[in-house]
Amino acid sequence: MYEEVILSHYRNPHNKGTVSAPTSSVHKSNPLCGDSITLSIVESDGIITDIAFEGEGCVISTAAASLLTDYAKGKKKEDLMKLDASFIIDLLGIELGATRLKCALLPLEALQVVCNSL
Amino acid sequence: MHNIKSDFPIFEHLPNLVYLDSTATALKPRVVIEKLTEYYTQYSANIYRGLYRISEKATQEFEAVREHTARFINAKPNEVIFTRNTTEAINLIAYSLGRSIIQEGDEIVTTIMEHHANFVPWQQLAFENGVDLKVVDIDDEGNLQSLDTVITKRTKLLALTAISNVLGTINPIKDIVKKARTLNPEIIIILDAAQAVPHMKLDVIALDCDFIAFSSHKMCGPTGVGVLWGKQELLQQMPPFLFGGEMISEVSLEKTTFQNPPQRFEAGTPAIGEVIAFGAALSYLESIGMDTIRAHERQLTRYALERLDQQFGDDIRVFGPQNEEDRAGIVAFRFRTVHPHDVAQILDQSQVAVRAGHHCAMPLHKRLQVPATTRASFYVYTTEEDIEKFIKALQNVKEVLCTRK
Repeated sequence: MYEEVILSHYRNPHNKGTVSAPTSSVHKSNPLCGDSITLSIVESDGIITDIAFEGEGCVISTAAASLLTDYAKGKKKEDLMKLDASFIIDLLGIELGATRLKCALLPLEALQVVCNSL
Repeated sequence: MHNIKSDFPIFEHLPNLVYLDSTATALKPRVVIEKLTEYYTQYSANIYRGLYRISEKATQEFEAVREHTARFINAKPNEVIFTRNTTEAINLIAYSLGRSIIQEGDEIVTTIMEHHANFVPWQQLAFENGVDLKVVDIDDEGNLQSLDTVITKRTKLLALTAISNVLGTINPIKDIVKKARTLNPEIIIILDAAQAVPHMKLDVIALDCDFIAFSSHKMCGPTGVGVLWGKQELLQQMPPFLFGGEMISEVSLEKTTFQNPPQRFEAGTPAIGEVIAFGAALSYLESIGMDTIRAHERQLTRYALERLDQQFGDDIRVFGPQNEEDRAGIVAFRFRTVHPHDVAQILDQSQVAVRAGHHCAMPLHKRLQVPATTRASFYVYTTEEDIEKFIKALQNVKEVLCTRK
């Protein structure tokens, strides 16, 4: 599970921090493990032009946030709303048990809440 | 102690398993599994009403465990109620007694180190009735602060744990009860003993609480069985919690009369086979001896604390009392800034089973200012060799996650 690519996103996460002048932001947490994420985005004409995340997370949730924010940049809001668990599993490229899947899905949940709020 | 691991069939299937999550649930010895099978293969009938032999046999075995449980904690059999678990036992008190005695102006006192099972039922009772919930804090070592200024004449209920399931703190219950009764002779005291009864001798007369709750599955018994002990004069006054079969005396269209305790609080078919097998767990623990179990865990705890400090120093922060005399075999910790989920996952790669999260104690974790901890806990089958494997696996965590590449 702790593959080099995952660990590299954990050690040096992409899009960590905040965007300037966010259109919207959201805070989500996983009550089971205390992971939490704040996601902020800049949207223009239905397209996510910038995105960043902050928070305290495990390797899996941090790597998922790093990879997902990379992916989301430049994508249409409605396309992002269609993403599901299998997309995240493919993105991470590792097998996940039921408990860790919740960690992996937290960034996606946050992304979809924030897209929905636009 | 003899080679305890050979009593537990799980180690035949998983010889390299290092099980350090007994605070969540204990492993099951062969005698317990065999007793469960005995019921299901030889006399798997319902209890009380059957007039045939196997039903009478089941009833006799079931009631014998009630007597055995009573002996185990120095109580009377008619004060022992079987529930599903500790959580249900505490809810039974909150619903039955709590909701019939709580009035405006009362207070409920609990502590910051409670498991949610002994916190949320009281918090909700307080909310529903608009009464104050006061929470006793801990000091920096993880010991309870004095209750002297907290308990008043208005305090109707005091609910606290005998041992913290995170800090491992062994609370001085005898002294706390004595003090509480001096401050308010009317106070009703509920003890969550889920982490205590499996690990040390507990005498309900000596402790002088009003209610004590614990679970079979944390003491080598099956899941699905909890015990509520209560003082008979209080149980007699309490209305039923659940209505249905077994708990009634007479039912007509106009009214229903209820049985005396303990049956009044045991509606429906109980976990018959599991209660019977719980009896085998009690015998198993008695055959080792509760004082031997406590001494074994105290020694392991000292060993673990020393070795962790030796090996990892400032990389590890262990919560709770640092002296093994004051703590049970529970070691919750933070390892550098690594998320506890990752620690647990990497340990699992070496077949070391620990728990990560808030361990059903969110208010306590908030107080400790950490979102989660990793927790290792010990029981009769834990050895120093297990602790060495645990330390070796922790070294892996450092290598995988803390070395810059």
